[in-house]
Amino acid sequence: MERTEAELIAAVLKGDSASFEPLVQKYSPRVFATARRYARRESEVEDIAQEVWLKAFEKLNGFRGEAPFEHWLMRMTVRTCYDFLRGHQRNRESSFSDLTEPENDWLDRFVTAPETAAENVEAARLLIGRVLERLSPPARLVITLLEIEDRSVKEISKLTGWSVPLVKVRAFRARAEMRKILAKMAKDKYL
Amino acid sequence: MIVTRSSGSASKKIRVRMNLAELQRKLIATARANVPGDRVPYAFEKRVMALLASRVAPENLDLWVRGLWRAAVSCVAVALLCGAWAFLTPTITTSSTDLSQDFENTLLASVNQGDQTP
Repeated sequence: MERTEAELIAAVLKGDSASFEPLVQKYSPRVFATARRYARRESEVEDIAQEVWLKAFEKLNGFRGEAPFEHWLMRMTVRTCYDFLRGHQRNRESSFSDLTEPENDWLDRFVTAPETAAENVEAARLLIGRVLERLSPPARLVITLLEIEDRSVKEISKLTGWSVPLVKVRAFRARAEMRKILAKMAKDKYL
Repeated sequence: MIVTRSSGSASKKIRVRMNLAELQRKLIATARANVPGDRVPYAFEKRVMALLASRVAPENLDLWVRGLWRAAVSCVAVALLCGAWAFLTPTITTSSTDLSQDFENTLLASVNQGDQTP
C-alpha cells in the first residue's frame, strides 16, 4: 500500500531517509518548472533543484504539516531561485547591440505595425528572456510571480516572505525598471 | 522609425515611435504563453538520495568532533580555573612544615613508627 505524504515525512524525521525519495520523485517536476523560470542553462536549473531538495531534507523538522507539503516546498523553491538570482547577476549592464536577426525583425515589425508582431514566437521569447535577465533580482522575481505567473500580492508575500506593502513597492519599482530596460533596448537599436 | 541621430530628446522620440507600454504587454504575454517544461533529468531522485547519504555520514562525524571539541574546551577551562584558584587563594602557613613535608610524614608514618619501636 502506498504511504501518505504525512507518513513519509514522519518516517524521514525518524531517521528513515529512504522515505524521502518518493517525495523527490513526486514534486521534482514542479521544482524544475519553477527553476526554469529563473535559470536559462539546464545545469543551473539542476543545481537549483538539487539545492532545494537538500534544504528540504535539512529543514524537514521545521515543516509543521499545517499547510500542504507542496506549498512549503514551493516557498523554499522560490527563495532558492531568488538566492540564485542574487548570486548570478550577469549581463545586467550590457547593451542590446547583439540582438539576433529574428529579434531585430520582430522589433522592426512591432515599431511599424505593433498588431502584426505576434506574441508567441521565438524572437519575442528571446527578447523577453533578455529583458528579464537585465532586471534586478527582486524585480525579476516580482515580475515573474505577479505578471507572468499571475499570482496575487498575498500569494507572493507568502512565497517570498516579504510583507504585502513591500511586495507592492517592489512591483511598482519592477515595472518602472522594466520600462527603463525596454527604453534602453529601443535606444540601443534605433539610435 | 528613427534611423539617424537627430536633435532633441532621444528617449522622448523613442517613446513616440515605440509604444513601450504595448511592447511590455506583448513581451509579458509571450512569457505567459511560454510555460517552462517540467521535465526532470533521468534518475534525478537517485542522485539527490546519493548526495543526501554522502552528507549524512560526515554530519555524524561532525557531531562527534563538535562534542569532543566542547569536552576539550571544558577541560581546559576547568584546569585554568583550578590553576587560578590554587595561585590566588592565600596559602595557610602552618608552623614550620609545608604541604609536601606533611604528605611525606603521613606517607612514611608507619615506617617512622617501626624505626622508633625497639
